[in-house]
Amino acid sequence: MKIELAGENSLIIYFGDSASPEVSAQVQQASMLLQDALADVLIDVVPSYASLLVIYDAFLTDNFHVQATIKRTLSNNSTADVTTGKVVTLPVYYSSESGADLERLAELANLSVDEVIEIHQKTEYRVYAIGFAPGFAYLGEVDARIAAPRLTTPRLKVPRGAVAIADKQTAVYPAESPGGWNIIGSCPVRMFDLMATPTMPVVVGDTVKFKAITRDEFIALGGKL
Amino acid sequence: MNESTSLGFRVINPGMLTLIQDLGRFGCHSIGLTIGGPLDSSAFKWANKLCANADNTSCLEITFGGLELEVQLDTTFCVTGAKLPLTINGQTKPQWQSLSVYKGDIVKLGFVSEGMHAYLAVAGGFNIKPTFNSVSTVVREGVGGFDGGKILQGQVLPYTTSNTAHHNKLNKPPTYDTAVSLRVILGYQHEAFSQVQKGIFFSGKYSVSQSCDRMGYRLNGPKTKPSIDGILSEGICLGAIQVPADGQPIVLMNDRQTIGGYPKIGSVLSIDLAKLAQCGPGATVTFEEISIEQAHNILHIEMALIELNPVEPIELLLN
Repeated sequence: MKIELAGENSLIIYFGDSASPEVSAQVQQASMLLQDALADVLIDVVPSYASLLVIYDAFLTDNFHVQATIKRTLSNNSTADVTTGKVVTLPVYYSSESGADLERLAELANLSVDEVIEIHQKTEYRVYAIGFAPGFAYLGEVDARIAAPRLTTPRLKVPRGAVAIADKQTAVYPAESPGGWNIIGSCPVRMFDLMATPTMPVVVGDTVKFKAITRDEFIALGGKL
Repeated sequence: MNESTSLGFRVINPGMLTLIQDLGRFGCHSIGLTIGGPLDSSAFKWANKLCANADNTSCLEITFGGLELEVQLDTTFCVTGAKLPLTINGQTKPQWQSLSVYKGDIVKLGFVSEGMHAYLAVAGGFNIKPTFNSVSTVVREGVGGFDGGKILQGQVLPYTTSNTAHHNKLNKPPTYDTAVSLRVILGYQHEAFSQVQKGIFFSGKYSVSQSCDRMGYRLNGPKTKPSIDGILSEGICLGAIQVPADGQPIVLMNDRQTIGGYPKIGSVLSIDLAKLAQCGPGATVTFEEISIEQAHNILHIEMALIELNPVEPIELLLN
C-alpha cells in the first residue's frame, strides 16, 4: 500500500500496479472501512482498478490526520475476500444488427461469430471501476482470444445499451455517447437511470454475467434497434 | 402550481451559455457523477452573500454574457464575477451590489469585457428540484438544472418573491487578469517527472488553448514528459493536471470525468482554478509549486477573508 498526495483535499491510495480481483477486493474493502473511519470529514471516494482516491473536507481536517487514519484503519487489512459483491446477470442480444463490430471482431480473432458470443458469455466479470460517464462500468477481464484494440477513429455516436470490448475490458454503454470500443451486441437493461433506485444495477466489486437473448426477447425487454 | 413557484425571470435571451449552479454535487463519484458547481466559487459566494442567501443557494453562471430577462415577480438580485454592462430598463446599474427589480422590468447583461463567467443571484434562490442533492447543471451528463440542459429562450426561472429592504455592496470587487499564476501541490505521478521535466513545467509560460470549457483547460507551451506513458485509470480530483503524450498539460475543472488514465504531476489549488476559469483562450498561465501545508493555510485564510469581509449595507435610493 502506498499513499500519495493528489490535491489540496485529496489523497490517493495505491494497492498494486495492475488490475486483479484480489487488488480490486482490497480497494473495495478499504473503501468501506474508510467511509466509516473518516465519516465526519469525508467528501467522497473514487474506487478504481488498483487505487482509491479519498477526498476530505480541508476545513475540518488536514492531510496528516487523514493519512494517519488511513494507515491505522488499513494496517490490519492487507488481504480481502475476493467475492464481495452481488452477481448480476445482464441479457444481451448479440447480432450484426445490434453489434456493428461483431463480425469484424470475429474475423480479427480468427473465430466464428458464435464462438465470440460463446466466449464473451463464459467469463464472469468483475466491476473494476465506474467512471468516464455516469453509470459506465469497466468490466474485466475479457478472455484473451476476443480482446480487441479500440477503433482507430472513435464513433461519434455509440447507442445506449451497446455491449462492447476494448482491450481486455468490456462494458455496457449507459447512454448514447462517442466511443471507440468494439460493439458486439446490445443490452436492454438500463445501466444508469436517474429515476430508478438504485440508479445503477451494479457497484464496484459486483460480478456481471452476460446471457444471450433472442431478438424477440430483446424487444420484449424494451430493447430498441 | 401557484404563482410563487411558477413565476420568476422569463428568459428573453439566454446568452451563449447560462447554467443553473449551486456549490456542486458531492458524494456521487462512485456512480460516475462529477461535481459540477460554479467555476469561480468566490464570485458565486459573493453573489449569494450580497443577496443575503446561504452559500449553497442556486445562481446563474453566465459565460460570455448576453443574458436578457423579464422580471415577473418583485425581487432583489445581484450580478458578480466577470465585468459586463448591466442595465435595468436600459439604465446602467452596478455589479457587486444587490438591486431591487419589479414586475415588468427588463434586466440585461451585455458581453464580458474582463473575465469569462458572471454570476446572478436572486434573493432566496431559484425553485428547482435537486438531483442527488444538487441543482448544479452538468450538460455532458444531462443532470441538474432544467432537464440537465442549459438555459433556453422562453424558459421561466422560478423564484419566490422577496421583500428584502436591505441592499448590500462589496467595496473592493476583484479584477480579472489575463495572466495568472497557479499554485500547484505536487502529487499523483509527480515522481515520474524528473527534476529537469519539473523545471520545464514550473518555469514555462503556457497559454490557454481554444479547448477550454467546464471539463478542463488545455494549455499550450513547453512540453513536459513523464517517464511513463499511461497509468491504470484512477480517480481524478478537482484541479488535477494531466499530461498526455503530447506533453501539453490539461487542468481539470468542475465537470471533469471522475476517473482517467493519463499521468498527473499534481493539482492546482482550488481558489486558483477560479482565476484560470476567468481566463479565455490566449491568456498566459504559469505554475508555482507550494506545499500541502501552505495549501491548507491559504484555504483557511481565503475562507476567513470571505467570512470576515463584511458586505456594506446601503440605503435604497437606487432602484
